[in-house]
Amino acid sequence: MRYLPKSDAERAAMLREIGASSIDELFAIIPEEYRLARDLKVPAQMGESEIVDYFKAAAARNANGYASFLGAGAYRHYRPVIIDSLVQRGEFLTSYTPYQAEITQGTLQAIFEFQTMICELTGMDIANASMYDGSTGAAEAVMMAVRVTGRDNVLVARTVHPEYREVMHTYAQHQGHDAKEVAYGQDGRVDLAALEQAVTDETACVLVQSPNFFGAIEDIPAIGEIAHKKGALLIVSVAEAVSLGIVRPPVEADIVSMEAQSFGVALSYGGPYCGVLAAKEKYLRQMPGRLVGETKDTEGRRGFVLTLSTREQHIRREKATSNICTNQALVALMATIFMTVYGKQGIRELAVQNLAKAKYAADTLGAHGKVLFAGTPRFHEFVLQTDEDPEQLNARLLEKKIIGGLDLGKWYPELGNATLWCATELTTKEQIDAAAGVMAQAHELVTK
Amino acid sequence: MTEEKFIGNIRKVTAHLTQNEGLSFEKSSPGKKAYRLAPLDVPEVDPAALLGEAHRSRNAALPELSEIEIIRHFTRLSTWNYAIDLGIYPLGSCTMKYNPRVNEFVSRLEGIAEAHPYQPESLSQGSLEIIRLLQDCLIEITGMDAITLQPAAGAHGEFTGILLARAYHESKGNPRKTVIIPDSAHGTNPATAATCGYQVVNLKSNAKGGVDVTALAQMVKEDTAAMMLTNPSTIGVFENEIHRIADVLHEKGALLYMDGANMNALVGKTRPGDFGVDVMHLNLHKTFSTPHGGGGPGSGPVACKKILEPFLPTPVLARGEDGLLHWNYDRPQSVGRVRMLHGNFGMFVRALAYTLANGADGLRQTTEDAVLNANYIRKQLEDLYELPYDTPSMHEVVFSDKRQARNGVKTGDIAKRLIDYGFHPYTTSFPLIVPGALMIEPTESESREELDLFVDAMRQIAREAEENPELIKTAPHSTRISRLDETTAARKPVLRWQGPAENGVEVDTAAKEW
Repeated sequence: MRYLPKSDAERAAMLREIGASSIDELFAIIPEEYRLARDLKVPAQMGESEIVDYFKAAAARNANGYASFLGAGAYRHYRPVIIDSLVQRGEFLTSYTPYQAEITQGTLQAIFEFQTMICELTGMDIANASMYDGSTGAAEAVMMAVRVTGRDNVLVARTVHPEYREVMHTYAQHQGHDAKEVAYGQDGRVDLAALEQAVTDETACVLVQSPNFFGAIEDIPAIGEIAHKKGALLIVSVAEAVSLGIVRPPVEADIVSMEAQSFGVALSYGGPYCGVLAAKEKYLRQMPGRLVGETKDTEGRRGFVLTLSTREQHIRREKATSNICTNQALVALMATIFMTVYGKQGIRELAVQNLAKAKYAADTLGAHGKVLFAGTPRFHEFVLQTDEDPEQLNARLLEKKIIGGLDLGKWYPELGNATLWCATELTTKEQIDAAAGVMAQAHELVTK
Repeated sequence: MTEEKFIGNIRKVTAHLTQNEGLSFEKSSPGKKAYRLAPLDVPEVDPAALLGEAHRSRNAALPELSEIEIIRHFTRLSTWNYAIDLGIYPLGSCTMKYNPRVNEFVSRLEGIAEAHPYQPESLSQGSLEIIRLLQDCLIEITGMDAITLQPAAGAHGEFTGILLARAYHESKGNPRKTVIIPDSAHGTNPATAATCGYQVVNLKSNAKGGVDVTALAQMVKEDTAAMMLTNPSTIGVFENEIHRIADVLHEKGALLYMDGANMNALVGKTRPGDFGVDVMHLNLHKTFSTPHGGGGPGSGPVACKKILEPFLPTPVLARGEDGLLHWNYDRPQSVGRVRMLHGNFGMFVRALAYTLANGADGLRQTTEDAVLNANYIRKQLEDLYELPYDTPSMHEVVFSDKRQARNGVKTGDIAKRLIDYGFHPYTTSFPLIVPGALMIEPTESESREELDLFVDAMRQIAREAEENPELIKTAPHSTRISRLDETTAARKPVLRWQGPAENGVEVDTAAKEW
C-alpha cells in the first residue's frame, strides 16, 4: 500500500522489538468471535490513475457545460486561482487546530485576519473562527440568544432559507424552545405588523435573513426596533456574503450569522462551506466556537492564541456553549484570501456587478412572466412567476443547456408557478438572453 | 539556539530563519489591487438608486494589496505552521495521518467542484453515485445497516446519533432522561447529550481505565436512553467486554452509541455492528484521511442499525425504478435536517478516493501499522515514562508525567520541549482520568526512522527533566515566539485588528454612517 512507509522486514523487526510474535497478537484483546476473519467487501485497491479515471467518469455524469441560474444559499462566483494554490500548501492543509500556538502562528494569524474582516463587513464587534455552515450557524445563534436572554420563545421569518429553518427546528426541538414563524408581506419581506404582534416579553430572538430567500433586502432597522422594544435579540442571517459589498451591514443586529461560501469556496454539491457568527461584544461569553485573540509572548512580541476556551466543550463538557469542536479553518482561509484579493474596493465592484446582472436578468426574464415583489430592493436573486409550470419550463431550458430557476412549489406553494433565479458576475448577457428566448417560446406555447 | 541547550544530539532539525510578516491590514495601501473584473456586458446600474436606504455608503476596511504581496503574505504565514507534511504529528485522538494528494486532485475536477446542490438529480448522478459507493463502503466497514453522510463533523455526528436514539425512544412512547458517559470521554460527548435534552450520568472508569460493567449494570435504568462509549477508549484500549456492555444496555431497552473517533484502530479487524453497537459516527478527517486544514472542515457520517433507520435525517438516498439515484424526502419519522443541502460532499470525495486507494488489504494493513507504531513507541518509552494502565495499547498510548513531575516538569512542558526537537507535541492533559497525561498517536503514516527520531527526543527530554528541568519549563527556545500570555488574552480579549485611526477618537460605532 503506497501510503504506508514500511517494508515487511521493518514490520517484522519492530514486532520483534515489541516482543510480539505476530501482528495479530496486538489485536488479541478483541474477543475472537468479533474478529473479522475475512476481507472487507470494498472495491479492490486501485492505482492512482484508476482513481482519477473513476472520478472523471463520475464528474462526466454531472452537469457539464450548462448555464445555471441557481442560487438559493449556494452561489457561483469566480474563485481566484491563488486561493487554491495557497490553501494546498501542506502547512495549511495538513495542520490541525492551533492548540500549540508557537508552531501554528500561521493559522492563528490568518484566523485573526478573518475575524477582523468579518467584523468590518458585518458591522459587528466580534466574530468567531467559523462554524460548519450558514444553517447550523443560524441554529447556534438562536441557542446563543436563548442563553443570553433566558427566554425560550423564538421567532423565525418565513423568508429565511427553508433548509435553515428545518435545521433550526431540529436543534431547537429538544431544548424546549418554542419556535414560531412570521409571515411575509406583499413586498416579499417580513410582515412588520405581524412581527410586532408576535414579539412578546417572552421572545428570545427574531431570526431573519437578509438578503432573504427571495433575494429581497429586509428592513433591518425596523425589525431591530420591534425586537429590541421587547428586549428580544435580533439575529440576521446573511446567506450571500458578497451582498455585504454593497448592502448596508445589519448593524442593528445583536448576532449576525453568515455563510461565507461565496468568498472563494467551491459549490461542491453543497459542502464544505463556511459559517461564521459575529456579534456585539457584550455577548462574547456566550459565543460558541473557537476564538483567536492577540497577546504577547515572554519577550513582548505579538502572537495569537485560541482564547476564552472556558466556553467550550473540552473544558465545560455538558455546560459548554456548544458541542462544536472543529471550525472550518481551511474554508475560512479560502474566504480570507478571497477578501484580501478583492479588498476594500473590489468587494464593492464585485457586488455592483452582481446587482447589474440581476437587474438585467429580472428585466429581461420578467418580460415573459412576472417578477414578484418587484419594488423591493434586492441583491442578485428574484422570484419569477410564470404561466408555465416550473417543471416543464426547466425541462425545456435544459434542452438548451440552461439550468433555470429553483422551483419554489415545495416550500412556497402559495406563490403558484414560482421560480427563484440568481445572476452573479459569472452570468453572461448571452445566457440571460438565451433563457429569455426559451421562455418566449413558452409564452407562444401557452397562448396557443 | 545553541548546541549547549540540548543534552545529547539533536537529529531531527536545524534552526532556520522564518520571515517576519505583519497583518494584511498593516501592509495595505489605498489603490492597490489584486483583481480585475471582466467588463460588464449589461447596462450599468446606480446602486444607491436601486437599494435606497439599504445601500452601503462606506466600504468595509478590507486590505488593499497586489497579487504577489498576497502570495507572499500567506506563504510566509504558512511557514510558521507545523504540519503532517513536515513530520510526525502525534496528537492523540486526532489521527493526524497522511492526506493523499490525489484526494485533493479529484475533489477539484470541474464536474465535481462546480456541482450545484440544487441542480437536477438527472444532472447529479455522478455526485450521487459517489455518495452511494462511499455509503456502501462505510456500512461494510462498520458492520451497520444504514448511514447518513449529512453531519458536518464528529460532534455534529454525535448530535445526530443521539437524536436518532431519542427519536427511537419517543417512537416507543418515552424519550427517556439520561445518557451514561464514562469519565474518560471526549468533552463533545456530554456537551452533545446536553444539546439533545438529556441529563448526563458520569460513569467512573475501573482500575484498568475501562468500563466497570458491574457498576454500569447498576446504573442502567428504565430512563437510560443510551450510553456514549469511545472504543478503543481514549486511553487507546479496546473495551474487551463490549458485548456485555451492549447486553446490559439492551436488557433495559437502552442503546449503545459508539464515538468512532478511534475507528482507525478497528478498520478491517473488527466491526462495531458485530459487537453490539446500535449507532456510531465516523470522522472522515481522522480515519479516512481528509485533511484537518487547521481545524476543519470535518465530516461526521452516522451509521446505525435497522431499528434506527426510519429516523435518519432527511433526505436519504434511494435508487428509483428508473435505475437512477434520487433523494427521498418522504420520511415521516425522520429527526429532520441537521444541516442544509447534502453534507460536506467534498470530504466524501476524498474519503472515497482514500478507500479506493486502499482496498480491503490496504485498509487492514493501515490499521495494523497504526497499532504497530503505537506499541513500538510504548515499548521504547515505557522505561522512562509512567504508564498509568498496563492494558494493551491499540492505536495510541497514554503515559503520565508522574516521574518528571517530581522535578516540576509537567506534560505541557514536555510538549513544549518537543517543539525544540522539531516535533509537534502529543495531546496534553487528556483523557482527564490520567493526571498529567501524554496521549501519543503516531498513526500508520510514520516510518520507523521518524518514530526513532521521536523516541530519541522523548528520551532526551526525560534525561533533561532529571538534569536541567528549567530548560524544559521555559521551552520552546527555538520558535519565532516563546510561550504566549494566555491569561491576558482571555482577561482582555483582543479579537480583531484596529487601525491606528480607529484607536483614536474615530471609533466605529453602530451610529456611524455605513
